[in-house]
Amino acid sequence: MNFTQPDFAPAYPEIFLLGMVCVVLLADLAWGEKKPYIAYLLAQVALLGCVLISFVTSAPGVVYTFSGMFVDDPMADILKILVYITVSAVLVYSRSYIFVRGMLSGEFFSLALFATLGMMVMISASHFLTLYLGLELQSLSLYAMVALRRNSPGSTEAAIKFFVLGALASGFLLYGMSMIYGSTGSLDIIRVTEVIQSGVTNHAVLVVGLVFIVAGISFKLSAVPFHMWVPDVYEGAPTAVVLFIGSAPKLAGFGFVMRLLADGMGGMSADWQGMLIILAVMSMVVGNFAAIAQTNIKRMLAYSTISHMGFVLLGILAADENGYSAAMFYVVVYVLMTLGTFGIIMLLSREGFEAEKLDDFKGLNRRNPWYAFMMLLLMFSMAGIPPTVGIYAKLSVLQAVLSAGYIWLAVVAVLLSLVGVFYYLRIVKLMYFDEPETDALIVPQNDVKVLISANGLAMLGFGLFPQVLIALCAYAIQQSM
Amino acid sequence: MLFGLPLLSLIIWLPIFAGVGVLATGGDRNAQLARWIALIGSIAGLLVAIPLYTQFDSLSNGMQFVEYSLWIERFNIHYHLGVDGIAMPLILLNCFTTPLVVMAGWQVISKRVSQYMAAFLIMSGIVNGVFSSLDAILFYVFWEASLIPMFLIIGVWGGPNRVYASIKFFLYTLLGSLLMLVAFIYLYQISGGSFSILDYHRLPLSLTPQILIFIAFTLAFAVKVPMWPVHTWLPDAHVEAPTGGSVVLAAILLKMGGYGFLRFSLPIVPDASQYLAGMMITLSLIAIVYIGLVALIQADMKKLIAYSSVAHMGFVTLGFFLFNAYGLEGAMVQMISHGFISAAMFLCIGVMYDRLHSRQIADYGGLAKRMPVFAAFFMLFAMANTGLPGTSGFVGEFIVIMAAMKVNFWYAFFAATTLITGAAYTLWMYKRVIFGAVIHPAVEEMKDIGGREILILAILAVAVLGMGLYPLPLMEVMHTTVDDLLVHVGRSKL
Repeated sequence: MNFTQPDFAPAYPEIFLLGMVCVVLLADLAWGEKKPYIAYLLAQVALLGCVLISFVTSAPGVVYTFSGMFVDDPMADILKILVYITVSAVLVYSRSYIFVRGMLSGEFFSLALFATLGMMVMISASHFLTLYLGLELQSLSLYAMVALRRNSPGSTEAAIKFFVLGALASGFLLYGMSMIYGSTGSLDIIRVTEVIQSGVTNHAVLVVGLVFIVAGISFKLSAVPFHMWVPDVYEGAPTAVVLFIGSAPKLAGFGFVMRLLADGMGGMSADWQGMLIILAVMSMVVGNFAAIAQTNIKRMLAYSTISHMGFVLLGILAADENGYSAAMFYVVVYVLMTLGTFGIIMLLSREGFEAEKLDDFKGLNRRNPWYAFMMLLLMFSMAGIPPTVGIYAKLSVLQAVLSAGYIWLAVVAVLLSLVGVFYYLRIVKLMYFDEPETDALIVPQNDVKVLISANGLAMLGFGLFPQVLIALCAYAIQQSM
Repeated sequence: MLFGLPLLSLIIWLPIFAGVGVLATGGDRNAQLARWIALIGSIAGLLVAIPLYTQFDSLSNGMQFVEYSLWIERFNIHYHLGVDGIAMPLILLNCFTTPLVVMAGWQVISKRVSQYMAAFLIMSGIVNGVFSSLDAILFYVFWEASLIPMFLIIGVWGGPNRVYASIKFFLYTLLGSLLMLVAFIYLYQISGGSFSILDYHRLPLSLTPQILIFIAFTLAFAVKVPMWPVHTWLPDAHVEAPTGGSVVLAAILLKMGGYGFLRFSLPIVPDASQYLAGMMITLSLIAIVYIGLVALIQADMKKLIAYSSVAHMGFVTLGFFLFNAYGLEGAMVQMISHGFISAAMFLCIGVMYDRLHSRQIADYGGLAKRMPVFAAFFMLFAMANTGLPGTSGFVGEFIVIMAAMKVNFWYAFFAATTLITGAAYTLWMYKRVIFGAVIHPAVEEMKDIGGREILILAILAVAVLGMGLYPLPLMEVMHTTVDDLLVHVGRSKL
């Protein structure tokens, strides 16, 4: 039997991170009692190392390895680097939250890294099984993270809901994949694409498979009607974990959708476009209207996420380079906004007090005008009001939708985003127009201070000079299609 | 160019950076410093705008002071600025109003002074951007960005019902502009990838898309003007806004809507504009006649002036859709004149409100005895509001009525009723507030206006009278542009 050594080079970041997670686990075991910061520091080192490796090994071409199960292309490199940066920012924001509440810090950081590894595999998969593997590694780590605050009934309930529904979605996905396999005789994405394009398959079976795959995807992206878990998990899970779930996995989810729909099922775009239209419109309707009724800011942001994902789906359903890069740009902007927003929520929380109600934002401008201004920028960006970057995300997607010929869809999307503006404005109103209910001081650590300021000002900076980000996303898609 | 700097960029960014500087003074401990920086910044903003008038070539029909550089390469969006005879007077009006607003809030605003002053300066820069953008997305960015400072001004320093008013203001205006954004992207698609407004002026379009685009534009601009029946946000916003907010809202922000019609609706979709002109004229006449009657019964002075603004802006939209040079020039003069008069009226009401903390007409009476200087100024502005010859209010309305007469007698007839209703609601209010016996003990205590207030009102009085007696300098600069616009509107794109 011939055995050839596979090319490991495209997977160096994954291999490095895997090694580092083990180091983090062991180090925490050995010194975690006395020096709880060690896991945090090592995790940051691991992410920094990954950034460097991905950056150095990135090249314009598309490279396959492990018998075509794993792919490395510019889209993967860029998405991965964004994931590392996002996770790193999440760790900075959540560090004091974790330590102050005495949550299992070593476990939090190592699970976060495992989830990151899962996302990297999802982004780089070029085989249905690799995709599934990555997805499950990410999901299982997230389930555990949600349940990390063991003594809290809310967290446990959220974790169980998340787990049961997540397992169901994974089942859908696997079932769909099996139908595709039955129809094309392969799980390799390149091979599947070829067979679909050759047209010698049973279309009906393929479409059935596609339906299940789209259902699985929309669960992971939290699109309606597979969104039920989102508000409950956002409300129940510790805020640090919510920040994690709400940010980096969306980047990975975008990569996942690209691999599955754009690469694998690209030949059937006419079939999935219709499904995505329904999902996108429903997500925007339910997300925007349900968010208005919320009094808990985490629940409100959960519904806001759902509506944002509707917008991302709009970009994807345009099914051309233009649309994909618009969707990617939207996801990146969304992740930036989510990071900042939850960063500020955690800033307002302190020992024994969770800033979870909308009313906790009352009078923030009185208490601290700078953070109020940062939150203002983030909220206007979420609402898509210039001069913040949110408007360009919406502009790109709308342009893609219009150029694909769906004028009515663009009109529906802008009208629904008008509904969304209302609840973002409400937060600005609470911060600026109302009197504070407490005068507790806000005293973040220096790195958090800097990061939140950078994050908020990025809304304005990218709003005035959006070209960099837009071009980056366009490059990623162009080079990988 | 001024000192080697591009003039329009300077006019836009100087107030914005001055605003950031004001913000940097921090809390209310440095309030006095914040006020002075704001005043110096706003006056500097006015000074740098003066070359715009002196160096303006009123015989050229092209864009002047043009700046052009690539901004967002991917969508071919440019940082493209330039002004013509329509935009230039509006920019001057805006730069002229800002120092007045800063002075008007000098002692009145004592809480969060730096944020208040900064909001006005930043808004001033943004509005200059609206009037000078020649790229649709750049325009949209400035257009929407202007909502944020106004939202905060109403919401933070406004009256008891400020939350409702500010959110209504924001959502109402946003509703219109979002469809305008879709229209822009649609134009981008069919123009083969251009967001340049001047390209759109030449773009051939068939009637159905023209009508759809016209509707999208009209929603955006009609809400802003505001035209009947989408005017309901204006009285709420005016009543709740602080004096400075009302002044800017009436004098400047409403003009953005009028400007939009001239820059976008008429030249980009001329056939649809002609096709739907009847509807637009009808809506304008309803605003003039019906809203004039509504103003008559108001018990709240600010609400009364807000409704009178809607009626006066009806003249503007009426003038636009008559499609003759008199109509357009009259409408432009009316916009500038309304900028002075409404600013003055709201400042006068502000003067009274600062003393008595009431806007109700019934709470006043006999002010002439206690505040004779103020009563004299108020008299002048009230007369200007009714369109007395010799004041700027007369010029615009008279020209528009003449233009309407050329088109259709009945248009002119209905428009002219404003001479009666306008006089009725303004002078009746004046009578009840200023004349008669002092019935309320609080009025007895009121002091006449001081030096700061006299200065502000005197500047506006000079402007109102100057434009009323000698409007030629203003008419001259816009003449070529208006003729050029009419050529565009007259040329079918079908």
